[in-house]
Amino acid sequence: MITFHVNGRAHSIDVPADVPLLWVLREELGLTGTKFGCGMALCGACTVHVDDEPVRACVLRVGEVEGRRVTTIEGLAGDAGLHPVQRAWVEESVPQCGYCQSGQIMSTVALLRARPKPTDQDIDAALSANLCRCGTYQRVRRAVHRAAGLLEAEGGGGRAPSAGGGGPK
Amino acid sequence: MSGAGASRRAFLVRASASAGGALVLSLGAAGCGQGRPATAANRRAGFSPSAWLTITPDDQIFFYLDRVEMGQGTMTSHAALVAEELEVDPARLRVEHAPADRRYDNPAEDLGFQITGGSTSVRTSWQPLRLAGACAREMLVAAAAEKWRAPAGECRAEGGAVVHGPSGRRERYGALAALAARQPVPDRPRLKDPREFRYIGRALPRLDARAKVDGSGVYGIDVKRPGMLSAVVLRAPSLGAKLEGFDAAEARAQPGVVGVVRVSTGVAVVAQSHWRAQRAAALVRARWSPGPLGGLDSDRLRAQYRERARSPAKAVRDDGDAASALARGAKAVEAFYEVPYLAHATMEPMNCTAHVRGRSVEVWAPTQSPGLLREAVRKLTGFDEEAIDVHTTLLGGGFGRRLAQDYAVEAVEVARHFDAPVKVVWSREDDTRHDFYRPLTVNLLRGAVDARGEVSAWLHRIVAQSIVSQVGKDWVAAIAPGGVPQSLKALLGRGASGLYGKNVLTDPSSVEAASDFAYALPNVRVEYAAVEPGVPVGFWRAVGNSENGFVVESFLDELAHAGRQDPYELRRALLAGAPRHRAVLELAARKAGWGSPLPRGSGRGIAQVKSFGSYCAQVVEASVEGGRVKVDRVVCAIDCGLVVNPDIVRAQVEGAVAFGLSAALHQQITFRAGLAAEGNFHQYPLLRMNEMPRVDVHLVDSREPPSGVGEVGLPPVAPALANAIFAATGRRLRSLPLAPALAREAG
Repeated sequence: MITFHVNGRAHSIDVPADVPLLWVLREELGLTGTKFGCGMALCGACTVHVDDEPVRACVLRVGEVEGRRVTTIEGLAGDAGLHPVQRAWVEESVPQCGYCQSGQIMSTVALLRARPKPTDQDIDAALSANLCRCGTYQRVRRAVHRAAGLLEAEGGGGRAPSAGGGGPK
Repeated sequence: MSGAGASRRAFLVRASASAGGALVLSLGAAGCGQGRPATAANRRAGFSPSAWLTITPDDQIFFYLDRVEMGQGTMTSHAALVAEELEVDPARLRVEHAPADRRYDNPAEDLGFQITGGSTSVRTSWQPLRLAGACAREMLVAAAAEKWRAPAGECRAEGGAVVHGPSGRRERYGALAALAARQPVPDRPRLKDPREFRYIGRALPRLDARAKVDGSGVYGIDVKRPGMLSAVVLRAPSLGAKLEGFDAAEARAQPGVVGVVRVSTGVAVVAQSHWRAQRAAALVRARWSPGPLGGLDSDRLRAQYRERARSPAKAVRDDGDAASALARGAKAVEAFYEVPYLAHATMEPMNCTAHVRGRSVEVWAPTQSPGLLREAVRKLTGFDEEAIDVHTTLLGGGFGRRLAQDYAVEAVEVARHFDAPVKVVWSREDDTRHDFYRPLTVNLLRGAVDARGEVSAWLHRIVAQSIVSQVGKDWVAAIAPGGVPQSLKALLGRGASGLYGKNVLTDPSSVEAASDFAYALPNVRVEYAAVEPGVPVGFWRAVGNSENGFVVESFLDELAHAGRQDPYELRRALLAGAPRHRAVLELAARKAGWGSPLPRGSGRGIAQVKSFGSYCAQVVEASVEGGRVKVDRVVCAIDCGLVVNPDIVRAQVEGAVAFGLSAALHQQITFRAGLAAEGNFHQYPLLRMNEMPRVDVHLVDSREPPSGVGEVGLPPVAPALANAIFAATGRRLRSLPLAPALAREAG
């Protein structure tokens, strides 16, 4: 039995410890917003947060999140509505097919926590491992800057920055 | 956006004639009076004036989207078309993917079945969807007039309600639904004048954005059904290999595994979840023997194609006398151009869910063609058309890959063995290695310039596989009228395939952008040699335009330099009789500051390609340093006729540039021993954020009817980049992808 928190709720799951977190989220917990793209941490479609750090759920064994906090795309929006990063995405009409966007957004939330006013170079460093086949990068970049503005307007980035850089671990 | 290529008109006109049916739909009243949505999925109580709309008594407006949403924005643009005439805010429409139904056939004269591709969605729905909205509007107005015993002329539709002018009375559509359903269907509903447009032409927000940022959007891979099983298929280690046998005892013994079955694509391991199936599949020991493609090798194919290119082939265009003009030219240039096989690499790997119950089946699929899917499943199962229920989900990218229905047929094959819904999910490696590839082509180019530096001769010999000869069989079946027996369809399909495979009929998608360019050149001969190595090929975003556009626009650049002419000015002069081509060329050049100085090591390249009825020119600025190229800026000008949603057009062009740059810089599928050597993204790279240039998109203001968008931004980018690299370095790169070649040359 592996126990961990997902989007604020505790779950105990009876699966082998080496099953990738991605499939536990998608199949055991029904959280399908986190996507499968490559299975080798090459595309970033499966990006989630573990204790506020961005990770690739397709290669992270579920046993490693025992006792830790996992946040998925479904856990970003709060009672007040969409997270500012999600709002920025809608306002910039970023998604095309949309399949990679959960991962792009999760990477961005982590980036902005570490660097509330990112430069284009910061964005490249944090997001170049999130692939988008539709080629929405130009809008992703705009939306990251817009989200930074929204977060600032709402009070200094929302939550305290966590340790480490914005890039995926 | 997506890739059922170019004009297949010749093919389908012939096919439809052979099939004996009048398959070319008249657009006249296609939006009206085709009866209510009939399938179970859409059987809702309320007012259904056409196959596209239901207005319920509780004032919900359902719009059945008959072209799939794969990122190209149909959900938003099509909603605007119908809402414009219906006089309701598009955001109020509840948009659902339509089921498979012949009434949703794509009315493009070269298609004729339910398909999203060929950049046709807005151009072929532009008229029918507005008619559908107008038809509903007029029936609602008539209902209100009847209710109020007022002349219809005093009533008008406005904001989802009908208003009586003199009295100010107002009734919501929902309240009028029952009465509207009893009104006669208007023959010729009045369409609004473009000056009256409220939604068309505006950058309305995407209706699918919310579901794509909060994780709630349901793609094929996200489908959940009660009792659903999950399958992983162990596929052939080389294309066409034969499964001799397998040992699955160990796999069957794994927890959660419910069965291991043989299907035509391999061995399917079926379990209670994907991860269980995946683990168990690794334990299956399968024995394969290589098929006829077992020795397939890209290097050998290239050599064969080059050899073939040395002898003449069938002319598909022959203006003047290219042979003598070549001999007479002051300066002759000869070159080989090559483009590799390419995979589609949609971010969502192939997947499909099927539930077979007796002699009926439900399928949940991210498909570009519910119509082809249903036909393919019918061919497999023999079930009645009405017993095959297709639910289209969101597509995590299409680009032409999801025009092929192999993944859906496979899911039904697997599901037949189980008394439950089964979802088959492909690995990334399988997705890359079992694709229908953009064909490898080898091109011999010969050109001449005269003493004044003018291009005096042009010979282009294309050696390539025909896509239509491979897919034609299935298409004939899909477009044939319901009553045509399967055996006849098969016969017609084989016949059509053979004609294209042998180049008796020329596959237009093999020669587009090569045989039909608009440059006023005096002596032009374009030849096409159809070859058939048996590699599965398919439509890849922009199809032949993406290949021939690179070749033609690069070689024209070579001739410009050979004649000491500016590549932009030469094109401009040669397009004097082609005003729309010339306008986008001039717009792109002006916005890019063509001719203004650039730093050392940087260069500008220009290219223009007309495709899918639209005109697009691009100027690329690139810099090269130490064998590495950086694309700094891409300036695009597009004329796609009247623009329904300018923001979506811009997004499509930005995306097409990125898609085109992935191919231009990095991508190739290399066959070794019968299988693609490339499997995952480290071997088949996509453009990344740090490589994305600034892309400026300029739209030509036009009142012409809407033309294609999704694929149109792609063809110019590769040649414009190669031309920019030449401008920056003096090195002419004639094979894609460019980045490895540059790196090799830099040593």
